[in-house]
Amino acid sequence: MQSKGKIAVLGVSITMLVMWGIITIIPLYWMIIGSFQDSYADASMKISMWPEVWSFEPFSRFFDKTMAWRWLLNSLIVSSILTVTNVFFASLAGYAFAKLHFPGRNAIFWILLMTMMIPTQVTLIPLYILVIDVFNLKDSYMGLILPSIVSVGNIFLMKQYMSTLPTSLIHAARIDACSEFGIFYKIILPMAKPGLSVLAIFSFVFHWNDFFWPLLVTESEAMRTIQVGLAGFKFADTTDFGAIMAGATVASLPMIILFFALQRYFLQGITIGAVKG
Amino acid sequence: MVQKLRDHMWAYLFILVPVLLFLVFTLYPIISAFMMSFQRYHVLNPEWIGFDNYKTMFADSVFYKSLWNTFLFTVCTVPVNIAITFMLAYFIFQLRSKWQTFFKAVMYLPAVASGVTISLVWFAMFDPTKDGMINSFLGFFGMEPVMWLSQTSTALFSLMLMTYLGSHGAGIILYLAAMGGIPKSLYEAADIDHASGWAKFSKITWPLLKPTTLYLLVTGVIISFQVFISVYMMTQGGPDFATTTIAYLIYQTAFMFYEFGLASAQSFVLTAIIVVVSIIQFKMFATDIEY
Repeated sequence: MQSKGKIAVLGVSITMLVMWGIITIIPLYWMIIGSFQDSYADASMKISMWPEVWSFEPFSRFFDKTMAWRWLLNSLIVSSILTVTNVFFASLAGYAFAKLHFPGRNAIFWILLMTMMIPTQVTLIPLYILVIDVFNLKDSYMGLILPSIVSVGNIFLMKQYMSTLPTSLIHAARIDACSEFGIFYKIILPMAKPGLSVLAIFSFVFHWNDFFWPLLVTESEAMRTIQVGLAGFKFADTTDFGAIMAGATVASLPMIILFFALQRYFLQGITIGAVKG
Repeated sequence: MVQKLRDHMWAYLFILVPVLLFLVFTLYPIISAFMMSFQRYHVLNPEWIGFDNYKTMFADSVFYKSLWNTFLFTVCTVPVNIAITFMLAYFIFQLRSKWQTFFKAVMYLPAVASGVTISLVWFAMFDPTKDGMINSFLGFFGMEPVMWLSQTSTALFSLMLMTYLGSHGAGIILYLAAMGGIPKSLYEAADIDHASGWAKFSKITWPLLKPTTLYLLVTGVIISFQVFISVYMMTQGGPDFATTTIAYLIYQTAFMFYEFGLASAQSFVLTAIIVVVSIIQFKMFATDIEY
């Protein structure tokens, strides 16, 4: 009786998972398949689930009509720099908040944390004025990077993570007259590697996919990131579905490849700092 | 004492850059936005106008419409998505660990694609002609094509549908981690008492997963209150304001009409709602669980 029930549960589970798995994957499948069909040429917008004729035309149209290579380069530059700065500063500050004792520690940390509840819409306008009018950084890498060098969310994540590391080694190193930065660099960073890798991966994906701030701060075609450029392409040329799908594929393929290459980090990384936080 | 001071110096040095950046790029903007909500913005000499922005805002029917849309969107998506996430996690939990990893990966995958690309793909799938992907699927069952995004009755629902069928991977992973943390002995004890499957679920599984549910609820509500990219990419708030969410309205007010003061006032209403709703959820849902 018991085992029969278990088999039934297993059967239902597998059926539901396969069905929902297909539903989940279909948009991505359709995006990729759609970018190999030249719907523009035969003037029907129809994209089928399997192309009758495979064509690279949508890709070449997308790259011909846009500065897509430049956009990809911009995204790569900005995401890479922001990944490095976020990992470095968030781990440094996270370590200080987790392991060092200093006057004002909790007060400063709570002020940081409380602002996380405030939606981005609030800070966006003053930030826009500050970066564009005061610092004069419209349409520049600096303007894209400066406000996102290190996020409070990442500091919080690293604080949670660092507090799980053993304190005894830190004390031992301090007795050996290691400098505080030496302790961080030689002992903490190597120990924290798994956490730092996860933070690096998620930072990179986040900034590669980021849209709102790059939309506001860039103006010329040459300074667009791939997401903003792609959005602009859609609004300029709504009818060429094939090329739009090709652009979407170009924008997301690097992240899909990254996901398959580093799957373990993606799937385990979510739980860092989130449960029992 | 000297040693202690040196420790402190290092600690302050470690947090110096993040704190400075925070002051300039987060705290100053918050304060500035608050002041701006009482001003008519001008680069050189902003003019103080008291509560005029708030009065304008509360007299604007589109503002109420956007609040209603945002509310509807949140209420119709967050609980449903948590239920879907929970079900999928529960199903995956029945499998061997190799297959668990496989399905976790499948369910997570779309989350690595950006909001812009996902919106573009759905925009194409919602194509209103009979050849559109979703319409041809419905046509297979003999149903008429639907003008998903371009009629007021279905536009907001289309955006909701997108979230139902989107990635639930992150939540699934959190639920699975929490399910793995429930002691087996609890279920064994329940078996000895001949507890039904439902009793085990309602008395053990669900209560012990409450912290995860609360986490998904709070973050889900905060995120859906700020829904923007799908609106911007697919409907631009239309038709007839049917999909104008509060985040999209703020964007429009600020960066299409350049009414910075009014937009700031709107953004503080959004903040107030998010803070109040988050507190209510914690009060209602939070229970200390020990096991």
